[in-house]
Amino acid sequence: MSTPLKFYQVGSFAVGNRLLGDEQLSVQSRSDRTNSLTSGHRACQGCGEALGARYVMDAAMAATDGKVIAVNATGCLEVFSTPYPETSWRLPWMHSLFGNAAPVATGVAFALKAQGRSDIRVVAQGGDGGTVDIGFGPLSGMFERNDDVLYVCYDNEAYMNTGVQRSGATPPAARTNTTHAVGENPGASFTQGKNLPKIAMAHGIPYVATASVSDLHDLEEKVTKAMSMHGARYLHVLVPCPLGWGTRSEETIKLARLATESGLFPVYEAEDGVVTATKKIRKQVPVDEYLQIQKRFSHLFGPKGNPELVKAIQEIANRNIAEFDLLGEAQ
Amino acid sequence: MLQQIEGSKAVAETIAACMPDVVCAYPISPQTHIVEALDELTRLGKIGNCQFVNVESEFSAMSVAIGASATGARTYTATASQGLLFMVEPVYNASGLGLPIVMTVANRAIGSPINIWNDQSDSMSQRDSGWIQLYAQDNQSAADLHILAFRLAEELSLPVMVCMDGFILTHAMEEIDVADIDLVQKYLPKFAPRQVLDPQDPVSIGAMVGPEAFTEVKYLGHFKQLKALEIIPELSEQFEEVFGRPAAGPDDYKGLVTKYHLEDAEVVLVALGSVLGTIKDAVDEHRKNGIKVGAMGITSFRPFPLDEVRKSLKHAQKIVVVERAFAPGVGGIVSSNIRTALSAIDIKINTVVAGLGGRPITLKSISELVDKALYGSLPEFSFMDLDVELVERELERNLLTRRSGPMAENLLKDLGTR
Repeated sequence: MSTPLKFYQVGSFAVGNRLLGDEQLSVQSRSDRTNSLTSGHRACQGCGEALGARYVMDAAMAATDGKVIAVNATGCLEVFSTPYPETSWRLPWMHSLFGNAAPVATGVAFALKAQGRSDIRVVAQGGDGGTVDIGFGPLSGMFERNDDVLYVCYDNEAYMNTGVQRSGATPPAARTNTTHAVGENPGASFTQGKNLPKIAMAHGIPYVATASVSDLHDLEEKVTKAMSMHGARYLHVLVPCPLGWGTRSEETIKLARLATESGLFPVYEAEDGVVTATKKIRKQVPVDEYLQIQKRFSHLFGPKGNPELVKAIQEIANRNIAEFDLLGEAQ
Repeated sequence: MLQQIEGSKAVAETIAACMPDVVCAYPISPQTHIVEALDELTRLGKIGNCQFVNVESEFSAMSVAIGASATGARTYTATASQGLLFMVEPVYNASGLGLPIVMTVANRAIGSPINIWNDQSDSMSQRDSGWIQLYAQDNQSAADLHILAFRLAEELSLPVMVCMDGFILTHAMEEIDVADIDLVQKYLPKFAPRQVLDPQDPVSIGAMVGPEAFTEVKYLGHFKQLKALEIIPELSEQFEEVFGRPAAGPDDYKGLVTKYHLEDAEVVLVALGSVLGTIKDAVDEHRKNGIKVGAMGITSFRPFPLDEVRKSLKHAQKIVVVERAFAPGVGGIVSSNIRTALSAIDIKINTVVAGLGGRPITLKSISELVDKALYGSLPEFSFMDLDVELVERELERNLLTRRSGPMAENLLKDLGTR
């Protein structure tokens, strides 16, 4: 079957552009991509996690000549990819429990070391609940030992698999089914939150990075870079969830972009505990633009809205922008 | 070679001879000497390319073991007490996945009140976890059972716990014949996993299973346990051929139970673990006086050898089960399994809870127990050497005062001022 060439693709850096040169071609647009998380799985339409996982695993496979063992925490990604007897995984994959993806991956890494299989690499993955909450202690242990594992957190900011409950990664004021938008203080409480990329950095591990599904070139590059390194590595990917956020399926990428362009989700890299690169915001947007199109924040807007809380959220964005110099103002 | 050696050290050297690929552990008394010795042996290069992983919790110890075993590594860990409870979730996961991990449980009480001394409430709490459970009666069998455990685990693709009484065995110096590595290698073939994470042949392990196949997966776990009842006798026989002694101790019967003067015994004491030593002394004492007493030990508690237990006990007139754990609100744990084995056979079974939290089980107490069983004054369920006065004082305090204060602390105060 022949597909007519669309010439406007030439010169575009769209991640799916197959006409770019070898240097610029994304792993995902290569004909030899591994389809590690192949089609037919049961993720919702517009699932940011399915998209992120596909790019992460294919990039990891491309970087290792197809020699990756994946370990998965319990969660959406596990459930939608392996309803028995079906599996979407075209690589060796294991799921054990909710909170133990990191130490199971450690076990895989040490078994490979004992067997002298330095060519095979390990990637662990989980959602924000499995990472920042229930799996946090074991993950910190894996970081501290500097085990040879890349851990990827797909952060959709709540327990979506169990039906949208608050996690340690749920942002302030967000409505979930355990932080209802009722009463005097509707939504999630206004706390400091648990910033796992920074906690990972505090362990001084070789590589920590954040990424967003709005910039898949960047995501692939970070996975490729992580796979070129050894020791404990951590990648935190923002993955919007239409179901949990109350957003339109076709707006997942837009939301991920607004999260980064507003400064609420800073995208950066750190090596050995020190920030080495940040993605600058191209065009700063006020947080309202990001919040307003999500039902989980709808109680902040309209006649019964709460402009004070919106302002407080804007201040979080401003602090991020200053901390990571996201506008490139510092010299 | 016979040597004067601590139980934990003997176990560690035996594990080393089994050549594991990955050993992971979190320290907890009284398991520590085992893993300390294994760290040293690993660093000295005495276990080939074995990797020793220090983890931050028992939850992670078992999780590392799961990942390593699923990657085709022979994997070992050890724990006790609170540690075993902290890893319960991955303990069930390991058996559900069918991963042949071997773990020592250095039996210790479970708090509260916190207590580091021996009883068997820890491993008893995991009797239905799907793991095979073997109980050692002395340090020779504690060491030897680990060799059999690896063979059994890998044969069935099922994890095995070897339970040895904390301190009483783990910290006791005894003369032990630590198995020679050449003999171990002769007995224990290279690990050939049934399932392995391999990029050359990718599989998904740990998929979600709904009602359509969950029962069947669980049935197969049960089936493997029943299969173990057939395999343990075979492996025990082969063990004796290679090493010249039974793995489960001198009174071993097929690796499933131990029998001591059972043939004509009218009163039989049943127990698991090191207390069998004291019980056998009590049997000898009574036999000298012409009283027909015998002892049966249970080596394989899971699977429970219903047939062997029935055959061993059906001619007894009275059975006394000495248990180092119990089920609050009901009574004995081992006893209820014995009752299942003897269903429809009318034999009086008494349960005696003994040795909780490290309380010594003395020869005197056991001998008195036999006398009471003989003369019919033993209640169906009782606690050996219970300090009745201490209990009554606290019960009285509870009646008199609403805010009577923390129970354990009250008892200790009473003890101190008595």
